[in-house]
Amino acid sequence: MIENRKYIIQILIIVVGLIFLLKLFSIQVMDSRYKMAAENNVINKVVQYPYRGLILDRNRQIIVHNTPVYDIMVVPKEVEVQDTTTFCDLLNITREEFQSKIQKAKEYSYIKQSLFYPQLSNEEFAKIQTRLVEYQGFYPVARTVRKYPEPILANGLGYIGEVSKRQLERDTTNYYKQGDFIGISGIEAAYEEELRGKRGVKYKLVNVRGIEKGSFNDGKFDTLSVPGNNLVSTIDLDLQKYAEYLMDDKVGSIVAIEPSTGEILAFVNSPSYDPNMLAGRNYSKNFGELNKDTLKPLFNRPIMAQYRPGSVFKLVQSLIALQEGVITPSTRTVCNRGTINCHGSHTNEDLHGAIKYSCNPYFYHTFRKIIQQGKVEGMNKDARVGLTTWNNYLSDLGFGRRLGIDIPNESPGMVPGPTYYDRYYQKDHWNFYTIFSLSIGEGELLTTPLQVANLASILANRGYYIQPHMVKGIETSDSYYNIQYDRQNTGIDSVHFKTVVDAMGEIVDGTARVARVKDIQIAGKTGTVQNKNSFDHSAFMAFAPKENPKIAISVYVENAGWGGGVAAAITGLLIEKYIKGEVASNRAWVENYVMTKAYLNNL
Amino acid sequence: MRRQDSLWNRVDWLLIAVFFILVILGWLNIYAVVYDAEQSQNIFSFDLNSGKQLAWIAGSLVIIIAIMILDYKFFDSFAYYIYAGFLVLLVLVLFFGKEIAGNQSWFVFGPVRLQPSEFTKFATALAVAKYFSAKNVRLDKFNEQIKSSLLVLVPMSLIVLQGDAGTAMVFISFIIVYYREGLPSFYVITGLSVAIIFILTLLVDQLYLTIGVIVLATIIVVINNKRLKNIGVTILMAIIVIGVIQSVDYVISDVLKPHQQNRLKALVNPDADPLGYGWNVTQSKIAIGSGGTFGKGFLEGTQTKFDFVPEQSTDFIFCTIGEEHGWAGSFVLIVLFLVLMIRVVFIAERQKSNFARIYGYAVAGIFFFHFGINIGMTIGLFPVAGIPLPFFSYGGSSLWSFTILLFVLIKLDAHRMQVLTR
Repeated sequence: MIENRKYIIQILIIVVGLIFLLKLFSIQVMDSRYKMAAENNVINKVVQYPYRGLILDRNRQIIVHNTPVYDIMVVPKEVEVQDTTTFCDLLNITREEFQSKIQKAKEYSYIKQSLFYPQLSNEEFAKIQTRLVEYQGFYPVARTVRKYPEPILANGLGYIGEVSKRQLERDTTNYYKQGDFIGISGIEAAYEEELRGKRGVKYKLVNVRGIEKGSFNDGKFDTLSVPGNNLVSTIDLDLQKYAEYLMDDKVGSIVAIEPSTGEILAFVNSPSYDPNMLAGRNYSKNFGELNKDTLKPLFNRPIMAQYRPGSVFKLVQSLIALQEGVITPSTRTVCNRGTINCHGSHTNEDLHGAIKYSCNPYFYHTFRKIIQQGKVEGMNKDARVGLTTWNNYLSDLGFGRRLGIDIPNESPGMVPGPTYYDRYYQKDHWNFYTIFSLSIGEGELLTTPLQVANLASILANRGYYIQPHMVKGIETSDSYYNIQYDRQNTGIDSVHFKTVVDAMGEIVDGTARVARVKDIQIAGKTGTVQNKNSFDHSAFMAFAPKENPKIAISVYVENAGWGGGVAAAITGLLIEKYIKGEVASNRAWVENYVMTKAYLNNL
Repeated sequence: MRRQDSLWNRVDWLLIAVFFILVILGWLNIYAVVYDAEQSQNIFSFDLNSGKQLAWIAGSLVIIIAIMILDYKFFDSFAYYIYAGFLVLLVLVLFFGKEIAGNQSWFVFGPVRLQPSEFTKFATALAVAKYFSAKNVRLDKFNEQIKSSLLVLVPMSLIVLQGDAGTAMVFISFIIVYYREGLPSFYVITGLSVAIIFILTLLVDQLYLTIGVIVLATIIVVINNKRLKNIGVTILMAIIVIGVIQSVDYVISDVLKPHQQNRLKALVNPDADPLGYGWNVTQSKIAIGSGGTFGKGFLEGTQTKFDFVPEQSTDFIFCTIGEEHGWAGSFVLIVLFLVLMIRVVFIAERQKSNFARIYGYAVAGIFFFHFGINIGMTIGLFPVAGIPLPFFSYGGSSLWSFTILLFVLIKLDAHRMQVLTR
């Protein structure tokens, strides 16, 4: 009996061995869970952020580039700070901030890195770099932020910011991850997909404390980050700089376009801000301040501000009337100053003179001829047909709708149509005499500075335009291509432009003498935007040279009085600067005149 | 008689071969644990555990030669003195020893640290063998059971006092010797039953278990309703079992230390707190499981190398085998150990002298417990207990003590034919 026990003992030993082998078989061979758990354990995915593409001006000068900043990361487990006060002084934070930052990091993870202090600049980091190594548990991590060598074009460029929760939810491509940066406005937003590049991933082996121990599988699964494409913008950096300089201390906007291509040469919003303010760690603080500023520096006036076009609109009425055949260049109208008042001394002008003197009654009658063509029985019904025709022309000329500039948030302006008046006066209860204030660009009409600049472009091209845009080409790592824009016809034959443009050419010899530049023929038109309770806005629209134009421009300066004043002066200076490269010294007085006016006091 | 030559021929070469294979594999494995691809390391460097272990291995060769040169009767004759000597050391270490990792069980001599409790296993094996071989002990007598068990319980208690429950637990392995020498099955069955019920209680709600026992007892009573004595025994057993079930809570919360409680909890449900008390078991299983069928290759392990597994050079050394050599490697290792243990039992059984046979069983039991508990805990079949895997775990004391245990048996075995001529 007891002799059998030697077998029992041996069987026991073998059974335990077999149980082990079975259990090992189940966890090593049958169950794949452990292999995945092991990979998660040791492989740390390190995202390689790509360089965001640069933005260059039309001459390939850098407008936006990237600059390194240093995030200070913390691993709570490793933190050893003997002298908290000294450490806080180093980063210029209070002890309370220090404690709450550490606490926040601990809540995220005790052993993983998390952000302790964001975006130290190169200079700031250089100052503390040598002393930071004395404190265990803190690590600098380099990344890049946007940097603007010149503090210009802020509203056109837009800014980038951390991707929001809503954007993350809407991102069907799953490109973005929490903490990524995304273009929020302007070119940065419009060309996000070109600029952002492609993220890379490095898989690193880490030990239990998160310390890196080399690359995984010799980097077989690593992907390199691909830098974003560079954008070649249409902006002329020198012109832009000068334009912003001229707009100093003024509220308003400037849009300058190359008529033959639709390329925007200058895009000024005033007041604006230094784009560097919205790059870097003070983003939220600065954004809050800019957002509260009563002068609205974040409001992108060139495409968002809507003004009544005023006298500039007389050019539009002329072109439509000529195309419709309701007037000819020799049609004369007596300036009776009855229903509608006028200015200057003139009595009975043809089209040329009417434009030159900006004769209100002439365009009152011209507009009547467009609206009431007598094509349909009944005055009210006839007006509907006439207004519809007129609406179509305006739409073709780029009014009352978005022109489709390649940056977001463009306003459409306002051109009232039949349905609009139906709502106000009931259907067919209105006619020309109800809506006549449209004739001189008043009434419900609203246009943006961009639309007016585009009108200058149409006039320069004698009948067509190219969709205005801020980016003309894209530079990839090994190639460059232009973005193609089609020619848009306005439906106005080029023959009808002669009289209008000739008349515009004489404006600088008349009302807008301040804009005159030696050797350059400028065709322009003043526009004064009337304000009931304050100073008028000064507006001027022009292109130059008259033959073979190089630049079309619109300038708005709010509360600066009549159009022949400061707006015309700025227009002249910019045309001179662009075409000749610099402003002649004998015209320094014009610049001086522009710079010494403090229109902000008129607000 | 040409003694030297005949000793060479009489030793059990199979056992010696298995011993050397295990020692060499163990040494390579210790190098694998500390291996860091980014540093140029020499396996022989004394800065590494592998270099130090090599020194311990060299020391064990000296020990082997010493054992072989000694007269085989020495161990029989001096068994009690050796035993007594180590008991004294166990007492001394409580006062003069150094506390390492919570255990007051180390003597430190310069760079060398020794753990007398490791060697006490050997001393106790000698004493138990001596005791049972000296006279005709009747283990079916309660008196003898108590007296003989003191031989084991005294060193065991002293080691518990050092705070080293793991090593103390190994002394339970002597139950195999007692069993082989005639301890009534009743004890073994009762012990196993209590253990099973204890574990069941951890897994199943106490109430259900109690009801289950009552139902089972009732069924047995109904089936055996003819014999009054059986009914009485059954009811008595049922009451004892229910008592054990009800005592589990008390034992767990009041007798066991918190870390021991957690080790039990981790055994029953490692996923409950994988980053807390379940960490060791979870990480250990991940390391072993990630090895797959054929493993990641020698020195290619990541889990063990990057410190995810705790105590990876010592108690959790098996993880490195599992991870780098997969199931195939684990299979080889387990088979090697099975060969070793079965061979030890075989050798024990062929002894003419009682002393050598009983000693052989003690050796088999000690190896079996180390093997079973150590590997069992790394794969989640046994609560975490800090005892080394023979020849694999880093450490001189354990290597030397297992070498002594094994080679004293080999020495005794080599002289088994001389017993008759004595």
